[in-house]
Amino acid sequence: MTRSRRLLVLAVALLLLGGVGATLVVRAASRADQPRTGGPATTAGAVTLTAGQDTLAFLGSGQGPQRGALASVPADAPDGTRTVSDLTCQRFHAAAGTGVCLRSSPGALAQDNKAVIVDAELRQVRSFPLAGTPSRARVSPSGRFAAWTVFVSGESYGSAFFSTRTAILDTRTWKLDASLEEFAITMDGREYRAQDVNFWGVTFTKDDDTFYATLATAGETHLVKGSISRRSVTTLAKNVECPSLSPDETRIAYKKRVRTGASLWREHVMDLGTLRDHPLAEKRSVDDQAAWLDDRTLAYALPSDGAADRTDLWTVPADGSGSPRLLTPGASSPARLG
Amino acid sequence: MYLADRSAPAGAKAAPGRGSGRSPAVASTVLALGTVSLITDVSSEMVTAVLPLYLIAGLGLSPLGFGALDGLYNGVSALVQLTGGHLADRVRNHKLVAGIGYGLSALCKPLLLLVHSLGPISVILALERTGKGLRTAPRDALISLSTPDELQGRAFGVHRAMDTTGALLGPLAAFLILGVAVDGYDAVFGVSACVAALGVVVLILFVPSGAGFGSGSGDTPPREAATPATARPNPVRLRDAAGLLRLPRLRALALCAVLLGLTTVSDAFVYLLLQRRTGMDDQWFPLLPLGTAAVFLLLAVPAGALADRIGRRTVFLTGHALLLAAYGLLLWAPDWPALPYLVLALHGMFYAATDGVLPAAVAATVPESLRATGLALVGTGQALARFGCSLAFGGAWTLWGTGPALAAAAAGLLCCAAVAGFVLRPTPPAPSVPPTPPAPSAPDPARRP
Repeated sequence: MTRSRRLLVLAVALLLLGGVGATLVVRAASRADQPRTGGPATTAGAVTLTAGQDTLAFLGSGQGPQRGALASVPADAPDGTRTVSDLTCQRFHAAAGTGVCLRSSPGALAQDNKAVIVDAELRQVRSFPLAGTPSRARVSPSGRFAAWTVFVSGESYGSAFFSTRTAILDTRTWKLDASLEEFAITMDGREYRAQDVNFWGVTFTKDDDTFYATLATAGETHLVKGSISRRSVTTLAKNVECPSLSPDETRIAYKKRVRTGASLWREHVMDLGTLRDHPLAEKRSVDDQAAWLDDRTLAYALPSDGAADRTDLWTVPADGSGSPRLLTPGASSPARLG
Repeated sequence: MYLADRSAPAGAKAAPGRGSGRSPAVASTVLALGTVSLITDVSSEMVTAVLPLYLIAGLGLSPLGFGALDGLYNGVSALVQLTGGHLADRVRNHKLVAGIGYGLSALCKPLLLLVHSLGPISVILALERTGKGLRTAPRDALISLSTPDELQGRAFGVHRAMDTTGALLGPLAAFLILGVAVDGYDAVFGVSACVAALGVVVLILFVPSGAGFGSGSGDTPPREAATPATARPNPVRLRDAAGLLRLPRLRALALCAVLLGLTTVSDAFVYLLLQRRTGMDDQWFPLLPLGTAAVFLLLAVPAGALADRIGRRTVFLTGHALLLAAYGLLLWAPDWPALPYLVLALHGMFYAATDGVLPAAVAATVPESLRATGLALVGTGQALARFGCSLAFGGAWTLWGTGPALAAAAAGLLCCAAVAGFVLRPTPPAPSVPPTPPAPSAPDPARRP
């Protein structure tokens, strides 16, 4: 092939591939502006996090302008008209007038990840930079402490390796424990130290000191009970991920890995007094930190059928009876505000 | 030894073609391969940059344990590199094998749009890396075969600089797309696939095939056109590949690459240590690799050219001394505000002084018919050693904590660099040094390190 011939082929290839690429970008960009058709009725308005109003808050899911927008519905009418706020997050949780909103936006050279603390009127109080992609968020029942977990990539042996980093923030003193990995660990009665320790999925008790979380090390996950003031955790049980403490603080709901190595989890509830657990009626794999709607009912997100980037909220009785029921479609990050 | 290469006049070897072979410009093949690498790196770094976000925010997956097979895969990937190198020599078509590697990686990009769970995504990414493993050695062989011996360092420097440019542009492109199209991961993967395809097109159009190198395709100055090997090639066998290790020079280089690799703490650990040491904000953490890459990009060509002038051994060892300095700063420097910049600058200089210089040195010791095999041999040894270092460093970190672990690595690096300095010391210019390679029977002090 002569030089000019080769340049011609290159120009044609550039044109073709450039056209395909541009089309893909334009199509993706326009998709974000199209309002969702069907689905629950919505109205733009003010969502408040104050106690005593008995609402269910969650983030919108699926494509469209309301993706990630914080919305609320009356707790007794989850199918009712959604009030949708301006606050958009990747992950959200709130209690007693404090909200934590984990946000991820594309920066110039890397993602810009932030944890934003909002007050009852969703005004930003403070924001903290995050080291990775948002995963879990929790606020203590009193509204004083907030915790979040992010995934950090390339922090270990290989570059495609992920690890977690979990932080706990005191919103009264603004003291931030940036990584639970600095807490002292007691495993099976002994002091434990390892480089491969990962924490995720914090859940708080009402005493504003005790928390539960997942600790992973040496290929196993453990339920740990921790103390913020003593900066320490103690292991309680194995194969427990993303614990969520019941309002009466007697049980945790959590995801239990079905088979080592497989990304399949079955939602379980464990009695903290006896450490005995039972599976719930939900048979699909749940990869979420569930929320308690009351002492008998759990809510969690599951991927919608046939849509990779959309989840629905489901609910199931906590005692293992009954069957899962759709709570509301196109939603994630459930939080009961009451 | 590179000194020895210089003393064994390369001109004598390149003579049959045209004059002294002192062409000032970089061979067009090198520029073409650099362009292919640049484009391909834009494509793959686009995916790498948004992958965590896509997995966690886009698909709602928990990627913990995603890298669980990484250790195993490191071993497989090393074997793939060896296979790619040897295959390229066997079929005498480096371009073909490199093209298969680039093509395989390009095919993986659109596949990412079709799968939505961790297992298949890991498989696709593993295939992508298999493509990378396949192409590395034949590509480096093409670079070295198209460049006169005395300009190898600079040629590899040009290639690495272009490659790194792509790695820096990739995230930029990806986040630009995500800025325009909210959650447009499909757009990022689609554009990445288009970019990768463009890389393959450029490879096919502008890189001459390694078969009968310089036999008319392209405007590469035909070197070795008169070599009998081109006329009636002897088949390359596995035995020949193993026989390469009998070359004292190559053995010495492989030994040094492995020794130094065993004490080269992986980038991830360096950034983590730097963050812990300086207490810098989490938000800067993802930008640390970009600092290293920027310095690498700026200095790759000068370092390569310097290696050609003053000796590759000197530059290669200086690179490791710079890495040692970076370890030292991490261990003992007071808390200067400039510390992160200094460490990243040293880290980038380390890459500039070693990443392209090592293959340039290896190329000079391996006969042309086994060039890709030789490059793959040393590359594989280095990769496996570095992986071993990661495991050992992780263990030491657990047992002793960060400081002592790094101090141990630094002490190890010092020892290995001293050994390397001794093993690679220039041989006295022998009166009648045979061209490449030095015959195994030739008396050589480096044979018994």
